[in-house]
Amino acid sequence: MDWSALSVSLRLAGFTCLILIPFAIWLGRALAYARFRGKGLCEAFVALPLVLPPTVLGFYLLMSFGRDAPVGALWANLTGGGLNFTFTGILLASLIANLPFAVQPIQRAFEHVPHNLREAAWCSGLSPWQTLLRIELPLVWPGIMSAGALTFAHTLGEFGVILMVGGAIDGETRTLAIAIYDRVQAFDEQGAAQMSALLLLVSFITLGLVYGLAGRRRWARG
Amino acid sequence: MLKAKLAHGLLLACLLLTSAPAIAAAPIVAAASDLQFALTEAAEQFQQETGHDLRLNFGSSGNFRRQIAQGAPFELYLSADERYVQALYEEGHTQDEGVNYAIGRLVWMQQAGRGDLPSDDAPLAGVAAALEAQESGTTERIALANPEHAPYGVAAQQTLEHAGLWEQTESLRVLGENVSQATQFALSDDARGGLVAYSLALAPGLNERSEYVLIPEAWHNPLRQRMVLTNQAGDVATAFYQWLQEEEGQSILRTYGFSVE
Repeated sequence: MDWSALSVSLRLAGFTCLILIPFAIWLGRALAYARFRGKGLCEAFVALPLVLPPTVLGFYLLMSFGRDAPVGALWANLTGGGLNFTFTGILLASLIANLPFAVQPIQRAFEHVPHNLREAAWCSGLSPWQTLLRIELPLVWPGIMSAGALTFAHTLGEFGVILMVGGAIDGETRTLAIAIYDRVQAFDEQGAAQMSALLLLVSFITLGLVYGLAGRRRWARG
Repeated sequence: MLKAKLAHGLLLACLLLTSAPAIAAAPIVAAASDLQFALTEAAEQFQQETGHDLRLNFGSSGNFRRQIAQGAPFELYLSADERYVQALYEEGHTQDEGVNYAIGRLVWMQQAGRGDLPSDDAPLAGVAAALEAQESGTTERIALANPEHAPYGVAAQQTLEHAGLWEQTESLRVLGENVSQATQFALSDDARGGLVAYSLALAPGLNERSEYVLIPEAWHNPLRQRMVLTNQAGDVATAFYQWLQEEEGQSILRTYGFSVE
């Protein structure tokens, strides 16, 4: 077992969830309630990483993270460091690659909150913030959990984007998925098999959590 | 309530995991994949003697050359092609021009026990046989590393061109991202064999699964391998760089079929 790769993978998945989920709650809610021209375009943009080949996304990120490119130059001005081949770089890439996995379940959940329920809350004297915290969030909670679990599992499995931006550096950007590829290249099928089994197990448990929650919600609704 | 507890638990788990300390920053070495086994052994020996760890990254020399130019944090770069080192030096990414550490050899490698290993006089007989098989409708792949960025791929291409077989084999060729992957393809059931690195043919674990014949050195440009310290190199990387040029390092390289200048 490649523990440093496991640690990188877990750190990456943890940070991705921690940063992305609050943002996805805001964006998912905005997309669920707002009516504006170009909403379809916004939704298409969010969904894009779902269908884009990881190498395409990875290529664009690699190019825009370079020190001569706008994003990379801005980052270098702020921090003095580069983005390619760093943990921060793959974290940024992971945030973008996971956008649809985080936003879509949350948006669906907010769409299912009846509008008159919110109106009733306002009439009862709750402020919009209190409505969000005490009425909406408890109702969309399964959606948020799904989003978190999907984002976590998908980050663990992401390969192409991370390889292109990260360059597979041990202890820094080599995730478990890439370590498996490396083990196969080193003709170490046993090592690859162990790590693959671990990823399979974690992914299955995570998805079991998602569908378990969804099932309970269906059951509760009758 | 249960959900809230679950969420708290998850959040706590995330926090714990994200605060796990990064492993101690041992220098990162970028090495051509023909060194997969030789350099691993060398690094272990170096670690035993000096107590210093190294982080080894194996891949195609061309990819590493690009990554170093883009600012990847490698301290030592062992290329399978001296020209990549030269180019990095000219662009100002390395401390000096580096040193040649070995000359690699190309072999025809195939699964052990097939019983049709070509003779030394005609090492490409397997390629000719695969071409004949193609006419009767069976596809037997020929594996090599991608000549666009892997030096062993370039040598393999030159070898096939030398034998006048390059164009005919186009539909049979399967390209590995680096020579290690090409070796894997060469040993798969759908391949007749492949043109890969001698150092991998000699590696423990692989030598039982494979058999090989050496390709005459005159059939391709010499695989002169060069290593160099990058501008980011620290003391440990520098010590390993020296160590590889001394008797112990060189003798490990010789064990894996590299000739030393």
